[in-house]
Amino acid sequence: MRTVRAVAWKEIQIFFLSPTAYIVGLIFLALAGFFFSRDLGDPFPEATLSPFFQGAVVIFILLAPALTMRLIAEESKLGTIELLLTSPVRDWEVILGKYIASLVFFLALVAMSGFYVILLFVYASPDPGPIYAGYLGLVLYGAAALAVGLLTSTLTNNQIVAAVVAMGILLALFFADLAFGAVGGFPGEIIGELGMKTHFDDFDRGIIDTKHVVYYLSVIASFLFLSVRALEARRWR
Amino acid sequence: MTTQPSMIQASDVTHYYGPYPAIQDVNFNVRKGEVLGFLGPNGAGKTTTMRILTGFLPPSRGSVSLDGFDVVEKSLEVRKRVGYLPETVPLYTDMTVTNYLKYMGTLRGMPASRIRSRLGEVIDVCRLGDYRKTQIGKLSKGFRQRVGIAQAIIHEPEVLVLDEPTIGIDPIQVVETRNLIQELGRAQTVVLSSHILPEVSMICERVLIIHEGRIVAEDTPQNLAESLQGVERLEVEVAGPSADVLPVLQKIDGVISVSHRNNQGRHTYIVQARPGRDLRDEISRAVISNGWSLRGMQMVGMSLEEIFLRLTTQEDL
Repeated sequence: MRTVRAVAWKEIQIFFLSPTAYIVGLIFLALAGFFFSRDLGDPFPEATLSPFFQGAVVIFILLAPALTMRLIAEESKLGTIELLLTSPVRDWEVILGKYIASLVFFLALVAMSGFYVILLFVYASPDPGPIYAGYLGLVLYGAAALAVGLLTSTLTNNQIVAAVVAMGILLALFFADLAFGAVGGFPGEIIGELGMKTHFDDFDRGIIDTKHVVYYLSVIASFLFLSVRALEARRWR
Repeated sequence: MTTQPSMIQASDVTHYYGPYPAIQDVNFNVRKGEVLGFLGPNGAGKTTTMRILTGFLPPSRGSVSLDGFDVVEKSLEVRKRVGYLPETVPLYTDMTVTNYLKYMGTLRGMPASRIRSRLGEVIDVCRLGDYRKTQIGKLSKGFRQRVGIAQAIIHEPEVLVLDEPTIGIDPIQVVETRNLIQELGRAQTVVLSSHILPEVSMICERVLIIHEGRIVAEDTPQNLAESLQGVERLEVEVAGPSADVLPVLQKIDGVISVSHRNNQGRHTYIVQARPGRDLRDEISRAVISNGWSLRGMQMVGMSLEEIFLRLTTQEDL
């Protein structure tokens, strides 16, 4: 566990020192602010974070890969992976450490949106249920998106390729529920159930359904597992 | 010296990149405490060999064990015992020297207290004292090399693997680096690779010459230098009674030795000539004047001399 912590700590420092992470943070907060305030001009605005949540899940499709693209791809490119993989560190420790680092930075970003929650509570009396549930959903959604990005970063030494492929996967998962109508029947239902957006909407309504929590946790676990295998496979290329 | 137990044993190691073998049937032993050098031109398979030793690449065929642990099966045990400096000296350029060394120490499983005590020692040994807080990206190539060596020795590994440790640094630093390696070699087993002959002879107790993925010679630097005087080898195929052919070939002036091979009725002779002598005319005349027929004659492989011509024999000063 010490090595996981060491890997994570090093990456966290890089996140908090690197311009990329701050640009990602800036874009997130600017867009999130836009989504949050969009409906406030209505004559009877609703005291809700729903527009923010709905916007944020779209933003994460683009931003999560931007955060994770560096994690392994850069080490492969610079060759530092050679020293990392010849140290007595297990592959899963590397993956877990890197993942935790991206998660920490992501949570810090999400935490900053807490400003909107404070605003809501000061100037209105929102229903807290959907806010708690929405944040839980948002964190799970983002954590899953980061796991997808980590896998693509492990598969290539080109950061751009890593980011674009991850965005592709996340977009496909986002729109998977459209397949329900297009494909139809049982296969369509299966594809629809794989959709990351499908499983998010209940959270936004204030419902915490174990089914959805399990879905996101399985996505995270599968992509982390695949990342470990992909890192292992690098040795055999 | 020979009574020392073996630290690294490589048997029949082959590695393919796609269909191309980078190294083929490589066998060698490294004794505990020995300083062994791999000498060979660029692309000979040195880096591949180093990567296999450190567990970065698994061999396609054959096996390597280090301190009794197989590099594939017991990779983690091997990695605990090895300090490695890759040829490109990959470092995290945005970390400071101290932070980087601490990080590498932690990855090698060192407790924090030991890292603290080793840090000072390693920084002294590699003479990085003035650069503790400097970002690695701001260091010159020579200093990065020192940081590279520092990370390789921080956990006091039993085996040190150095891939081209003096490539691309300036002459004064080259001398310093060599002295440092020699010093380290007193306590540790060191395997290093180089394409510079004088460097290897200076540092190493034993040299393996690797060419096109195969080990073509293995000896002490002194003995190698002597055999470097040059040996010409010819493979001659003669149709004739081998009992008669052999003495005739042996009698040719300039021949050191002749060995005979009977390959399913094809009689071939390996003729070793004295250095610098080209005996092809004499051999063909001798064969034909005895009424036998000369079916073929070719230079065998590449002589050490030719290999060495491809090596840098001068220091890049």
